[in-house]
Amino acid sequence: MSRIKAVFQNLKAENKKALIAYITIGDPHISVSKNIIRQLIESGADILELGVPFSDPTADGPVIQSAAQRALKTGVTLDDIMELVKEIRQFSQIPLILFSYYNPLFVVGAQEIARRAKEAGVDGLLVVDLPYEEAEELKKYTDQSNLDLIFLLAPTSNDERIKMISRKARGFIYYISMTGVTGSTLSGGQYIEEDIQRIKKYTKLPIAIGFGISNPEQAKAMGKFAEGVVVGSAIVRLIEEHGDSPQLLQKVGDFVASLKQALK
Amino acid sequence: MVLPMPDRQGHFGSFGGRYVAETLMPAVLELEKAYKQYKRNQEFLRELDYYLKEFVGRETPLYFAQRLTEKLGGAKIYLKREDLNHTGAHKINNTVGQALLARRMGKKRIIAETGAGQHGVATATAATIFGMDCHIFMGTEDIKRQSLNVFRMKLLGAEVVPVNAGTRTLKDAMNEALRDWVTNIRTTYYLIGSVAGPHPYPMMVRDFQSIIGRETRKQILKLEGKLPDCLVACVGGGSNAMGLFYPFRDDADVKMVGVEAGGLGLSTPKHAASICRGKVGVFHGSKSYLLQDDHGQVQEVHSVSAGLDYPGVGPEHSLFHEIKRAEYVAITDKEALEGFHVLTKAEGIIPALESAHAVAQVIKMAPMMGKDKIIIINLSGRGDKDLNIVAEQMGGLNP
Repeated sequence: MSRIKAVFQNLKAENKKALIAYITIGDPHISVSKNIIRQLIESGADILELGVPFSDPTADGPVIQSAAQRALKTGVTLDDIMELVKEIRQFSQIPLILFSYYNPLFVVGAQEIARRAKEAGVDGLLVVDLPYEEAEELKKYTDQSNLDLIFLLAPTSNDERIKMISRKARGFIYYISMTGVTGSTLSGGQYIEEDIQRIKKYTKLPIAIGFGISNPEQAKAMGKFAEGVVVGSAIVRLIEEHGDSPQLLQKVGDFVASLKQALK
Repeated sequence: MVLPMPDRQGHFGSFGGRYVAETLMPAVLELEKAYKQYKRNQEFLRELDYYLKEFVGRETPLYFAQRLTEKLGGAKIYLKREDLNHTGAHKINNTVGQALLARRMGKKRIIAETGAGQHGVATATAATIFGMDCHIFMGTEDIKRQSLNVFRMKLLGAEVVPVNAGTRTLKDAMNEALRDWVTNIRTTYYLIGSVAGPHPYPMMVRDFQSIIGRETRKQILKLEGKLPDCLVACVGGGSNAMGLFYPFRDDADVKMVGVEAGGLGLSTPKHAASICRGKVGVFHGSKSYLLQDDHGQVQEVHSVSAGLDYPGVGPEHSLFHEIKRAEYVAITDKEALEGFHVLTKAEGIIPALESAHAVAQVIKMAPMMGKDKIIIINLSGRGDKDLNIVAEQMGGLNP
């Protein structure tokens, strides 16, 4: 059984929801990313999204844009991130998802990226600007390597798309909570519950809600609708504020623990 | 013969496609459906024709540049006078078309990116006549160097949104426009200004701009009784070039030359020659040639002309390059400025710095071609917006 599937199954048995934590790798430096990852795991994150920094992150708000800029200035590359994954695998079996824009993967090649990711110990790929219609090639190789290519659904996705995408989805479905970029303000929730119900008509896969979830209250509210919640910008903002401070890990740890507590 | 492109999924051979977030996918599908419906709708086409004729001022002349021809001593040179369009460039052919489409789709808010400001002005113009709310995204570097166009957009009632990210130029303006679109997707029409972006934009913008080539073809047959030997146009994203080239795509004897921005030279990193020096990548919604590093990060580019200062290029140009239907070359900032002065003095026509790249290429080519040969330059825009830059290069307004 894949690590992703196992995590959702175990949480379900305990009637808990998954906390999926995102950070941009290389911000403020890849050596710090490794320590942050240890902290995220210790504080209760169930799945990690490792953000591959990209020069033109059109789906991201200002917080993750700046993080990507800081990371790229350190010269971090996809190769470095694969090495980091190998290092994480020496101390943890937490599911790891590469969260990327397509171009940094495309230049490596679909087949090669799937091979390398699998070899390093990655469990899934989430490619924010690779919609279902363009995903065929990459999916062929991730399927062959038994990696989960995580598809996204949005409030704008109609039933036809939900049905089509759910059929090919693996791992879990990432539901984007709003029309907007990462780190936007999440307000309201009625349509989210309805959307999740709609998606559940077409798939038995777990659903995680992401975008705009920035505090334990929101995590708790969203956790009622789905099997998991993703928190990204709020963690990245803490890294931005405390990147050079000896308190960084404690700040991140306390915040993640408070999110985890809210999902119990 | 070149096969009809793109295919149903928006692919031009291996290029193009729709590389956008899922949130945007329903919108690009809706747009594609609406465009396919209205491009065959007689009432829509009549309305478009009306505005192109009565408002934009088409058709534009195909002008024989007699003095430039004599000066260069080779091929006969014609200028397709897109600079004479209302608002001063070819951009309005597309914005009127898309704004009419947006209106029929019930959209009341229009956003656009702009580099030189020509597309921004053309969008703001279309938005104001159709009573639409208009937001134009523009890099702060471009706002500085194209201040006159910024003022024009404001006069037209558009809000100019300064973009301070990255290189503060066209690419960053497009990033920000995409972020606005994904946020306001239900109410907003994104009016892309080039043959770039996700399907259906490269096809739709090409179709709206193809009026340039259709007129040119008719005009040259009337004037010369034969097709031209060579078409020359500048290429940033590539809309004026594709507009001229596309109606000639099956005329195998008509050579096409796309002129990219060579900046400080192709041996330096300071240029914007995506096809000449880039590698295939995925950027701003489509697969095409892209200036990027070995890790797939988009590179900083440079051109004296804000409209060409873009690391990508429309996917159909990548296809034309791959199948060798068109040739892509680069002209440096310095050569473009020379072209600017040569055309101004020879013909009394002050070209945009973008179009001056095409002129500079012809200055190189024409003398090597026989006097019986015909070259057509797409004079895509007028140079008023660039006078500050040119004056600066000459040491001020009173050199």
